[in-house]
Amino acid sequence: MFVYPKSPYASVMPWRLGLDLVGGTYLVYEVDMSAVAGGDRDIVMNGLRDVIEKRVNLFGVSEPRVTTSQKGDSYRLNVELAGIKDVNEAIKMIGETPFLSFGEIRVNEKGEFMKDPNGDPVFGMTELTGRYAKKAQMVVDNITGTPEVSIEFTSEGADIFEKVTGRNVGMPLAIFLDGNLISAPRVSEKIIGGKAQITGSFTREEALKLVERFNAGALPAPIKLVNQQTISATLGQDSLDKTVRAGIWGTALVMLFMVLYYRVSGLFAVIALLIYIVLTLSIFKLFVTMTLAGIAGFVLSIGMAVDANVLIFERMKEEMKKGVSYSLALTDGFRRAWPSIRDSNLTTILSTLILFNLTSGFVKGFALTLLMGVLVSMFTAITVTRNLLKAFSK
Amino acid sequence: MFDLMKYKYIFIGISAVLTLAAFFSMAFFGFKLGVDLSGGTLWQLSFEKSVTAAELESYLKDYLKMEQPSVVSDASNSNYLIRTKEISEADHQTYFSAIKNDFGNIEELRFESIGPAIGKELRDKAIIAFLAVLFGISAYVAFAFRKVSFPVNSWKYGFSTLICLFHDAVIPAGFFAALGYFKGIELDTNFIVAILVIIGFSVHDTIVVFDRIRENLTLSKDRNDLGKIINISINQTFARSINTSLTLFLVLIALYFFGAPSLAYFTLTILVGIIIGTYSSIFVASPLLTFFHRE
Repeated sequence: MFVYPKSPYASVMPWRLGLDLVGGTYLVYEVDMSAVAGGDRDIVMNGLRDVIEKRVNLFGVSEPRVTTSQKGDSYRLNVELAGIKDVNEAIKMIGETPFLSFGEIRVNEKGEFMKDPNGDPVFGMTELTGRYAKKAQMVVDNITGTPEVSIEFTSEGADIFEKVTGRNVGMPLAIFLDGNLISAPRVSEKIIGGKAQITGSFTREEALKLVERFNAGALPAPIKLVNQQTISATLGQDSLDKTVRAGIWGTALVMLFMVLYYRVSGLFAVIALLIYIVLTLSIFKLFVTMTLAGIAGFVLSIGMAVDANVLIFERMKEEMKKGVSYSLALTDGFRRAWPSIRDSNLTTILSTLILFNLTSGFVKGFALTLLMGVLVSMFTAITVTRNLLKAFSK
Repeated sequence: MFDLMKYKYIFIGISAVLTLAAFFSMAFFGFKLGVDLSGGTLWQLSFEKSVTAAELESYLKDYLKMEQPSVVSDASNSNYLIRTKEISEADHQTYFSAIKNDFGNIEELRFESIGPAIGKELRDKAIIAFLAVLFGISAYVAFAFRKVSFPVNSWKYGFSTLICLFHDAVIPAGFFAALGYFKGIELDTNFIVAILVIIGFSVHDTIVVFDRIRENLTLSKDRNDLGKIINISINQTFARSINTSLTLFLVLIALYFFGAPSLAYFTLTILVGIIIGTYSSIFVASPLLTFFHRE
């Protein structure tokens, strides 16, 4: 994994970097739900997400993220693949419709059930496929109250299902999605009519998961790529290096200005700013995936973080001019500058919250880092600076 | 002490002219929308062999039959930005291998293909976010100054803020429209974020001045001489208004000159906005207060 800046702890706690910095691809798929009944759509979405998560995991991407979003009648799947090499192959695989298939235990020439070296049964595919599956749904047993999954086949599928269950009584019928086993219920009898109940010691979540997966393959919801953003690792690295360097330069300029203009007080503001940077970066490291916009937001917040100090120092200067003692000027400076600091920070918080809630993708990262920056700076610029000034005034 | 109120018509006049110029610029030049807002494809390729942008463009258009491609090269002339209509992943791969075949080794630095629906959605979201921030902040200012309704009603602080913030957003937008016309710069999501940052930051200085007016009003014996109180307040807060903007200005300068090239216009927009915002906070916001307030 890529790490910046290089520190001895980098291997213990690496930065989480967005795909615009490490390179990768961001894909948005529109899900065509026109053939799916309203009540089943959420289930299909979850099932699809699950399927696609499984598929992208095959690509060895460090932290693939698959999320769903819905607005009105439009259902979308967002896939983030950071550090992926073969985007083309990934797009091909993700775009395929999930495939449901049903397997029965294979029998060898001697008429014995085949087993793999681990002793697990070997399944062979039956003629029953997702094409004949209608839907699955979770039902709760009236008497015991335990969740069960009911599956249903089309009328054409009902005949095939009858044949398949008929020759597998007492044996498991495996259900595969994309070739992955999702359930293997035992057939208790030949099932006529194309409707079956899977009972077992399901928890609600397990039953729901099975329903979602089954329906992802059974209900027709084709997906279409509507948005693709791919950034190469070279370009990401270049953006990262340059923006970090700009951040260091910007910070240096701000510190220089504070010391030149406010002298000793300015020095305390610089210390407070350093504490601010360390604190904020630690929070980011723990909770936030850094994107280019996120770093830009943080760099801007450095320029804003000292603003509270400027307001306080100017106020202290004024108080001192009135001839009051340093310690009184200190108290009054902080007290009187507070309403302005509070009001201006609250307006920034308001803007970042609106940005965060109304936008998507990379802009969210910007809003988030700026918001966190403002919150932390209120603490460092006020509490830290005040204590430093107090401690050194005696 | 500098008598600002004496020249208030000049300051407001400058702002009015700039605002009109910005409107003119937007109406006349219009905006060139980026692929993220209008839908389309942005494709950045790096070539080992040297080719010219014109060569590549005619190749894409005549040979590959790409729809309305436009090619821009960067200074080093090995790096190209191709813009065209939205293309499917299959076409993308076909084009890529064709170019590779005919131009030798290439590296794909960036590929973005965005459907028109997503573009429209982002545009709508951007407008809502802009209005929400503009009115949200103005309403907050009106609320924050609710306790000092004499002699200036608190809604007047909010209304003056609203006008100033609108002014601070419109002028950089007009500047950007001109940039789009003369330099072919596209308006993308980053621009919208930049405008919101400008609004969110510009109000800081306005609040500092208003806060001082609020304080001086409660201290003053002669509360009715609003012009004088505004004058005193602005002179008292002048240094801090400049300094708080200057610190942000410094980091923006660093970002502009050393930061990622993809952020350059984002940074430039904020830079322009911060200068305009600082000007309006000092020279426009408070004189506006007297307009709504007649003794």
